[in-house]
Amino acid sequence: MFDQILQFLLTGITVGSTYALVGLGFAIIYNASDVVNFSQGEFVMIGAMSAVALTAGDTGLPLWVAAIAAVLITMLVGMALQRFAIAPARGASVVTTIIITIGASIFLRGIALLVWGKDLFPLPSFSGDEPIQIGNATILPQSLWVMGGAALLVFGAQYFFNHTTLGKAILACSCNKTAAHLVGINVSIMLLVAYGLSAALGAMAGILVAPITFTSYDTGVMLGLKGFSAAILGGMGNPMGAVAGGLLLGLIESLAAGLISSGYKDAIGFIILLLVLFFRPSGLFGKASVDRV
Amino acid sequence: MRRLGGFYLLAVAVAALPFIFPDNYFVTVVGVSAGLHAILAVSLNLLMGYAGQISLGHAAFFGMGAYTSAILTTRYGWNPWPTILVGLAFTGVIAYIVARPILKLKGHYLAMATLGLGIIVHIVIVQMGWLTGGPDGLGSIPTLSLFGWTVDTDLRWYAVIGTLLMLVIWLALNLIDSRSGRALRALHGSEVAAEMMGIDTAATKTGVFVLAALIASLAGSVFAHQQAFVSPGSFDFFFSIELVTMVVLGGMASTYGAVLGAIILTFLPELLVVFEDYEVMIFGAILMGMMIFLPQGLFIGFQDLLRKFTHRRAVTKKEESSHGVA
Repeated sequence: MFDQILQFLLTGITVGSTYALVGLGFAIIYNASDVVNFSQGEFVMIGAMSAVALTAGDTGLPLWVAAIAAVLITMLVGMALQRFAIAPARGASVVTTIIITIGASIFLRGIALLVWGKDLFPLPSFSGDEPIQIGNATILPQSLWVMGGAALLVFGAQYFFNHTTLGKAILACSCNKTAAHLVGINVSIMLLVAYGLSAALGAMAGILVAPITFTSYDTGVMLGLKGFSAAILGGMGNPMGAVAGGLLLGLIESLAAGLISSGYKDAIGFIILLLVLFFRPSGLFGKASVDRV
Repeated sequence: MRRLGGFYLLAVAVAALPFIFPDNYFVTVVGVSAGLHAILAVSLNLLMGYAGQISLGHAAFFGMGAYTSAILTTRYGWNPWPTILVGLAFTGVIAYIVARPILKLKGHYLAMATLGLGIIVHIVIVQMGWLTGGPDGLGSIPTLSLFGWTVDTDLRWYAVIGTLLMLVIWLALNLIDSRSGRALRALHGSEVAAEMMGIDTAATKTGVFVLAALIASLAGSVFAHQQAFVSPGSFDFFFSIELVTMVVLGGMASTYGAVLGAIILTFLPELLVVFEDYEVMIFGAILMGMMIFLPQGLFIGFQDLLRKFTHRRAVTKKEESSHGVA
């Protein structure tokens, strides 16, 4: 029994690390522009699919070159999204921006469908497929890559926002755009950087996890929703809350799948999310919101 | 009389269409699903457009009605009519139970909670295969019949759903201009202000949530009998999103706008079929473009354009006349 639980925990943390990265991307964009970006999952898909495409065939690039190129491609997509879809609709209501980003996600998925078709593609593992024994549980080397990569990226993001000028400038924009503008920060460039950063996080999550889960043009849908759940669970606008929310969601789902039923695992995740919202309407780590009257 | 002018116009148009285009696929087949979508959009608009409560899970209530009718008629041999009532009762109770805790939430949290609700219902439908047929769905659902008049042709379904749509629109128009409708619009503006005026905002929100769910359930039951087949795909997250898009596309807080949005979004995929592989991409691009350039919706956007146009004409006329005096 204990071994089983350990196995579920390991799986949960692996899945949760992906959710955490997508949730973190959600939080960064939400903080910078007050937009709930429903195309966040598409960044994950584009990252993974581009990496697959670039490594494929006889003329394929080495994995690490392909990975870097895929991240750069996704960053461009993220910045284009900001520049051509979000920026022109400045001042639109919450619902309108939600539908714009949903439209963007359908659009990106449509392009992926056109370019890559409906097939499921694998990405080669970074360092072999020999399972590692931990007690009586096993773990794939790729899972370690996912966990380690996610941890590195989360701490990297933390450092970026707290200790670099660029990161602080983005934070300043999310606090008060006018004030940031007045102290000489170019707000529209900061918004572009925030979207690019968020897209890069999504792409890296996609590349890290693609060797385990494989990837296809529609893998972004559920991942995007999970990332949104993670961000809400942690309290919208709290990046580290989103990371914690993602890990928690991954663990809940993995335990629910193992101990209750794998068919209902997503439902159980959402039920727990609803219960959290009913009792703590601003998420686990969110500050209670105060309405301006 | 003047208030319902648009209503009579629409009723005449709905009634006249099958006479102008008899046996037209776009009228009797696509038109029927446009009608069902319009009923759903009008109900969601009560909640979203007027009360200002976003819901990304409206398809769940549509599915509850459809599956109640489908299960009771095919598995237990019920007559279709009482199954519609059971569906209404079931959906109403569920909606009433979840309404209060869900509607306490605001903004993105409300969006997430309704989205979660929709996904949970969808998963339950897929997983409870012994009852719902799982991913394969349920087939051979009997059609409706009344006093020997069986609804068995596309044209008859057009008549039934057209009538139902006009009833729902009439209900929505009257509700909005009633005391409760004004309370709804007040809490959309500011919940605190509405409460100061003595409006029980929690009860009002619950009421409109349950009403919207009931209309969706009714549409679901009718859908099940009309299609004779239901499967989980018709009630998933994407359909909820489509419904929200219909409301926003037509123009929030406008019943006719919701109808217009439903008609456009039903016909769009039919027209995009010629583009085959590009269909998904074009659909996404249109959705994005419309929301970027016409965020207040088509119906209101047109009205504004029209007003600007007539206003400009009035202004130039005035200028001309003042020039005349000088």
